[in-house]
Amino acid sequence: MTGLIGAVSQVVLVAVGSPLLAGLMRQVRARLEGRAGAGVAQPWRDLRKLARKEPITPHGTGWVFRLAPLVLAGTVLVVAAVVPLVTTLSPMDGVADLFAVTALLALGSVALALGGLDTGTAFGGMGASREVTVMALVEPTILLSVFALSVRVGSTNLGAIVTSAVHDPLEVISPVSLLAAVALAVVTIAETGRIPVDNPSTHLELTMIHEAMILEYSGPDLALIEWASAMRLSVLLGLLASLFAPWGIATAGAGLAAVVLGMAALVIKVAALGVLLAAGEVFMAKLRLFRIPELLAGSFMLALLAVAASFFLA
Amino acid sequence: MTDSVYVPLLDLACGAFLLTGVLVLWRRDLAAIVRLFAVQGADLGALVIVLGLHKGSAELMIAGVAVGGLRAGLLPCLMRRALMAGGEGRETKPLVNVAGSLLVAAVLAMVAYAVSQPLVRLTPTPATQAVPVALTVLLVGFFVLVTRRRALSQVVGFLLMDNAITATAFLTTSGVPMVVELGVSLDILLAVLVLQVLTTRMRAAFGGTDLDELRELRD
Repeated sequence: MTGLIGAVSQVVLVAVGSPLLAGLMRQVRARLEGRAGAGVAQPWRDLRKLARKEPITPHGTGWVFRLAPLVLAGTVLVVAAVVPLVTTLSPMDGVADLFAVTALLALGSVALALGGLDTGTAFGGMGASREVTVMALVEPTILLSVFALSVRVGSTNLGAIVTSAVHDPLEVISPVSLLAAVALAVVTIAETGRIPVDNPSTHLELTMIHEAMILEYSGPDLALIEWASAMRLSVLLGLLASLFAPWGIATAGAGLAAVVLGMAALVIKVAALGVLLAAGEVFMAKLRLFRIPELLAGSFMLALLAVAASFFLA
Repeated sequence: MTDSVYVPLLDLACGAFLLTGVLVLWRRDLAAIVRLFAVQGADLGALVIVLGLHKGSAELMIAGVAVGGLRAGLLPCLMRRALMAGGEGRETKPLVNVAGSLLVAAVLAMVAYAVSQPLVRLTPTPATQAVPVALTVLLVGFFVLVTRRRALSQVVGFLLMDNAITATAFLTTSGVPMVVELGVSLDILLAVLVLQVLTTRMRAAFGGTDLDELRELRD
């Protein structure tokens, strides 16, 4: 029962909180750049405005274009229910497998890339091709770095990995864990399209990735995509926090109070990570597109070294 | 020192040693490469000190301080001076591009692991289990030596190899005689001094340290 409540609270928290996280990050950025900023709730206002508009689809687009936002949002919601953010006792624990979660995230990205291709415009195709290039380098790294963590637990179930980290907090400073943390942080930034891989706040650069794919979307569809992207960011940051700072997560035998505590801990951890990311972005420029594979190859190698170290130093 | 503290500390030192060794391949900026090398020297010193604390041997701890001082302080300082003297601050065109060399480093890590298995099986202690880490850095250092063009990054490659050899010696034998360690350290210092002089002379004579341009004979 606690597990069910925990899972529902996770989904609600992610669904409601993600635009607020995006707003918080924009606000931090604005303040550091010396601007007043639009306030933390601005993304929700934007979503409301977009959702009220009339749905328009460009000429010549088919069901792929219309389905892509729904698939993207759906997969992220499933991942939010499955991944151990508030509790490790999700009733969908059987699905909380490393490979299933990565595949779900990839499914969302592929749906959006196909939606971008379906418009037949130059920008859509360019964005889709770049997104797939980045994804092809990101997915193996996610798999490898979580695999490195799963070696000591003996299971690829994310719940089991987090539970073992809760019971043995010293594991977090082992070299395996540190290498995997750096690798996973880099791919989280790449997967969510933040600086230095992609600039989330521009439509005007020829180097854009995510924005190029969704250029033809408008109205409720665009709102759905924006919302799903924000959720993706918070789920991935939450996963990062759960794997490497698993304090406060409700484990087996916990009551309702533990779930509430877990929610508070999740909000604090994800907000802290978001602020850190936003503050880091102020001091960084976007990488050249041709340098991105270098960065991702580096993170892939760190993940591989983490796997190797989990065998070397075992 | 108890095992519950010793093993994580040893692993942490080895992990940092490996990470800095591999990051040398990632950076193009020569000043950053020298900084990474200094951090690696400090890691090596920490590794030896942890081994010394575990064994309770003062000699090993002194060796650790000396090794750390030489490799984190003196050698990077000398290299920085060589860097100051010349204009080139970047590794512009390595023979293998950066993404490729990172993937090669991953393969080298696997090779080192496979090769060192017989060594580890002789006495499977936490220290010998870290030998693959040292061998990985050895191979990475050799790779840097072979594929980089600037004289200074080749020196760093050579010194990475030496760091790795020292680490292997301490991890497998738990304590090289002081005389041997002193001799090796002096050799290294001398080699770096000679290379520094050589780099300066090369720059004075040819105006650059790109070694690939020095292959052909000219009038």
